[in-house]
Amino acid sequence: MLELDLIAETERQFGICNACRYCEGFCAVFPAAEGRTAFGGGDVAYLANLCHDCRMCFDACPFTPPHEYAVNIPALLAAARAQTYERYAWPRALARLLRVPGASSATIAAVAFAVLLVLAIASSGAAAFLAPHTGPGAFYRIFSFGALLSGALLFSAFGIVAIVAGAMSFARDTGVPVRSAGALARAAHEALALVYLRGGGAGCYDAHRGSSSRRVLHGFVFWGFLAAFASTTAAAVEQDLLGIIPPFPLLSVPVVLGVLGGVAILAGAVGLIALKRRSDSEPVSHRMIVLDYAFLAVLALVALSGLLLLALRTTAAMPALLVAHLALLVALYATAPYGKFVHFVYRYLSLVKHAAESAPARAASTGGSHL
Amino acid sequence: MVPDVIVVGGGNAALTAAISARRAGAEVLLLERAPERMRGGNTRHTRDIRIAHDAPLDAAPGAYAVDEFFEDLLRVTGGETDRALAEIALRESAGVPAWMEAQGVRWQPALTGTLHLSRTNLFFLGGGKHVVNTYYDTAIRLGVRVRYDATVTALLAGGDRVVEGVMLDGGERIAGRAVVVAAGGFEANVGWLGEYWGEAAERFVIRGTPYNTGLALRALYDAGAKRVGDPRGFHSTACDARAPRFDGGIVTRIDSIPFGIVVNASGKRFYDEGEELWPKRYAIWGKLIAEQPGQTAAAIFDAQVAGRFIPSAFPPLRADSIGELATLLELDAAAVTATVAEYNAAIVPGGTFDPAVLDGCATRGLVPPKSHWALPIDTPPLFGYRLRAGITFTYLGVEVGTDARVVDEGGTPFENLYAAGECMAGNILSRGYLAGFGLTIGTVFGRIAGRNAARHARA
Repeated sequence: MLELDLIAETERQFGICNACRYCEGFCAVFPAAEGRTAFGGGDVAYLANLCHDCRMCFDACPFTPPHEYAVNIPALLAAARAQTYERYAWPRALARLLRVPGASSATIAAVAFAVLLVLAIASSGAAAFLAPHTGPGAFYRIFSFGALLSGALLFSAFGIVAIVAGAMSFARDTGVPVRSAGALARAAHEALALVYLRGGGAGCYDAHRGSSSRRVLHGFVFWGFLAAFASTTAAAVEQDLLGIIPPFPLLSVPVVLGVLGGVAILAGAVGLIALKRRSDSEPVSHRMIVLDYAFLAVLALVALSGLLLLALRTTAAMPALLVAHLALLVALYATAPYGKFVHFVYRYLSLVKHAAESAPARAASTGGSHL
Repeated sequence: MVPDVIVVGGGNAALTAAISARRAGAEVLLLERAPERMRGGNTRHTRDIRIAHDAPLDAAPGAYAVDEFFEDLLRVTGGETDRALAEIALRESAGVPAWMEAQGVRWQPALTGTLHLSRTNLFFLGGGKHVVNTYYDTAIRLGVRVRYDATVTALLAGGDRVVEGVMLDGGERIAGRAVVVAAGGFEANVGWLGEYWGEAAERFVIRGTPYNTGLALRALYDAGAKRVGDPRGFHSTACDARAPRFDGGIVTRIDSIPFGIVVNASGKRFYDEGEELWPKRYAIWGKLIAEQPGQTAAAIFDAQVAGRFIPSAFPPLRADSIGELATLLELDAAAVTATVAEYNAAIVPGGTFDPAVLDGCATRGLVPPKSHWALPIDTPPLFGYRLRAGITFTYLGVEVGTDARVVDEGGTPFENLYAAGECMAGNILSRGYLAGFGLTIGTVFGRIAGRNAARHARA
């Protein structure tokens, strides 16, 4: 259950929105809220994750503070989103990582760095750790392939289990029709096209006015992430099926994809941090914004360390950079189920529910147009 | 630097005038009385604009010919309109959508939400405040200087029917070659309303900005401008008595009235709640309540019709019996129970209730009658709202010519003083209400005033 005061506040603010409806052209949240007068925790979780935080409603609302109605839907729903991430985190005990995401990520990265450093020196020897390595299997002189693979599988498997567990309980609580193929497809389109970062045509927050910056930057991060993932997959194919042992040449599929992905993630994440820093500080929730910053910072550092590792892979800095890159990856993977990373899971499920709900054309009503 | 054009006001008409003057090459200073966060006058609360069009528009299907628009205007005003000005407003409205789009305004996309697109009115994406923000962004980008918290209290005379600037409340004098006053009506000035309504004015709700106290309108009169319009006139609706005194906006309007009955402070009905379709009648209920003892009333309905109308921001009062509900509504339980019983007994049986049409479900022998949608109020839970008259805008203004120049008491136009928006809309809409028409007048005459002021100042 979400915190009761948040549910009451959602009911109060949407009571005003439902009597006004001026924002219904911006996104899915307002049409979705229109039929609701009483809100349960599931309704709040649904609306909160349906919101893409474009903040155009805050810009357009005549009832934002200092108006006594004090309507601030983006802040309200961001706070609710941060609560849903914690509420549906699995296992719950680890959800407290969310409370201090920056410190959690930094601590995990630091501990992972220390542990990996000790392991690397223990397995390769201090002299090898401080020397340049070239030729096939250069990375495996620091960490064996088996160790790297088992570490990656362990963290990935745990992350997937944790995220799926959260998704299942979210879908159950909010009533997402997960077997509706049409709704799944429409939601996939809306998610991939970031339809709701368009603000109904007005754009998304950027220094107090709408623009397409955030949608573009988010695209960099998302497609960069997929490119990096594809790079890893291509590397596995080259090594295990084609017998080519890394490091791969610069003009190989894994390296090209990795560079494109890394640059895109770095540019997108740094751009999003800059965008958030210069945007209005009012329509935000502190809890959500620290999750945003922590996730973007870890992503940017993973990308940066990966690019540096590539650039300096023939130098004596390689082993230390490899350890740093792996430690940051550990921080990214370990915190993924407990941070901003999960946003796409709950948002996609909410889009599925909305697609199913809005499939039959809703009855037109009249009378709201006159003042 | 002395600006070519000073625009007094900060809502639709003022911004339209400022942008138009700037685009015509003038140095423009816009003086908005409100702080930045509350800028935009009553435009903040608007949602749509009435536009004549001969062919379907992206945001408005069908056609709305100037002639039909004019008939609508004659109907609501009883023919009391300045025909020359009305014709300009209606004819030039056709060019307004393209102009608005050029300033960055977007329309509500078709087929989204619950809103069915209107043939006569174009709906703004995000409503009026989003338009206001877009206009400020555009104006500032074009080089219009904007000052917030700048309250104009007087026009500086510079000779016969010539102004040479304005004075702010702190005594600061600002010179300008032409002045456009577009600062709304005086509905937020309770003392001024009291001159015509006595102490009843204390009990009105003001639905719009608290900054429309009519100081600029008063300054126009002090400078010798000719009055136009009924000083007692205002557009108003039935509002929830829990509405804030000012600025409550659209969300406190009560739309339950045709679905039930309305009683006054004595627990008696006083007007036919089912006289006409609600969109044609809701605008009379503010005035009806304003004329009741104590300027108060209560709407009552039951569970049969709950959820059939657009909700308001605050949930209705709720009880299991009429007597209990009356007590919650601070009314005499016996009187209200008797009124409801009398109403229920007068309903002609056998009708088919249909809120979309004049359904003929009526009372017989009841005074006043309820002509349509008369269902017995007998299904608990019972619901009620305490009502107040909520004023949207006043009609009193100044006379202007077709070039938007203000006319003095002798009937001669000022040389360099213009008016646009609510402070001159009474020339055209002398009474009654047409949804979205205030913005039509404000935009058409804002553009005219801005262009002409720029031309005069730079001549």
